[in-house]
Amino acid sequence: MTRIHDMGGRFGDGPVTPEPEGARVFAEAWHARALALTLASGSLGQWTLDRSRHARERLAPADYATFTYYEKWVAALTDLLVETETITRAELEGGETALSPLAGKRLASDTVPDVLSKGAPTDRRGPPPAFAVGDAVATRRPPRNDRITGGHTRLPAYASGHIGNVIASHGSHVFPDTNAHALGEGPEPLYTVAFSARDLWGPDATQGDEVMLDLWQSYLKPA
Amino acid sequence: MPHDDHAHSLLPSEPALRVKALETLLTRKGLIDPAALDTIIDTYAHKVGPRNGAAVVARAWTDPAFRDRLLSDGTSAVAEMGFTGRQGEHVTAVENTEDTHNMVVCTLCSCYPWSLLGIPPGWYKSDAYRARAVREPRGVLAEFGVTLPHSTKVRVWDSTAEIRYLVIPRRPNGTEGWSPEDLATLVTRDSMIGCGEARRP
Repeated sequence: MTRIHDMGGRFGDGPVTPEPEGARVFAEAWHARALALTLASGSLGQWTLDRSRHARERLAPADYATFTYYEKWVAALTDLLVETETITRAELEGGETALSPLAGKRLASDTVPDVLSKGAPTDRRGPPPAFAVGDAVATRRPPRNDRITGGHTRLPAYASGHIGNVIASHGSHVFPDTNAHALGEGPEPLYTVAFSARDLWGPDATQGDEVMLDLWQSYLKPA
Repeated sequence: MPHDDHAHSLLPSEPALRVKALETLLTRKGLIDPAALDTIIDTYAHKVGPRNGAAVVARAWTDPAFRDRLLSDGTSAVAEMGFTGRQGEHVTAVENTEDTHNMVVCTLCSCYPWSLLGIPPGWYKSDAYRARAVREPRGVLAEFGVTLPHSTKVRVWDSTAEIRYLVIPRRPNGTEGWSPEDLATLVTRDSMIGCGEARRP
């Protein structure tokens, strides 16, 4: 029910290849450009962080599987720029171009340190929590966005339809399932929920090991 | 507007050229300032990185009151040290002990505590790590050279919201009396993700 990005628990990916601690932050110069271009474009305010995550998730599965990390970023950024009419397909194809009405919102070099060090907190005033630390909760099944078919959600498939225990309550946070789709921030109580690894994966998992996820209230029911 | 339509196919196929083409177009339209890109890159290439997290860990090892604040309200505690900002807006610190080993992943994308550790390494963003860290954390740890006894419980934190996790590794033996500055040199990036241990002196 979710998309190709939702790969927690998947088989077949082979070993993880650690890198030396001192490896360069950006292996290629264009990786750095891609990251900076994405951040600077985001500051034009034409989309939310949740929408930009969704733009990467809804790359065609064949592209998602074969693109390198920053290729996904650039592809998603391009799709967002066109969808929001910040640029046009004709401009991408090399057609004539003109100064954008959004040029006044351009991220200026001297404001970068301030913008990066401020960040964008997602805690908001919201409804009172329905669950308390220690409560048993069951996660939504299937793991779908219940407002938008194929929409963004942060409940991974592997944790869907399982019972866990609330171990922390974080107040209300912006709800990605609405915020990714121009349906508003819709803040909801956010919890950390602990699941038994045995319960998620079966007897191959070590007894006592746990997996923790941060989950919004509407993903959860009392168990 | 079509939901699953893809405009990115209009760009050149070579990634470096693709990025250049997009940067040129956005610059012409007045939407980005290339100098701002340089500043962003300089920030994450040289200023914001795992030395931030290492300073937090070393202080937690040497200052019990700070450690308590870090574990009860990570966001405020790291802000005391000036570590705030993008992808570090909400911080939870988790402490490794003899009984519990913590490990951090983002199975859905690549969420990572930028303000404390910088830009994630390639392996953290790899399909193999994202797929396997939650299902077989002990197998993944072995690939990093870390073997834990079954009596040590493994807790894997999947970063599904905007909470960013910092692992406080165990302080190595033989470092009694060390200054926070010296201790910080033992704190590796991987140890703060939970895929390594602090270096031994």
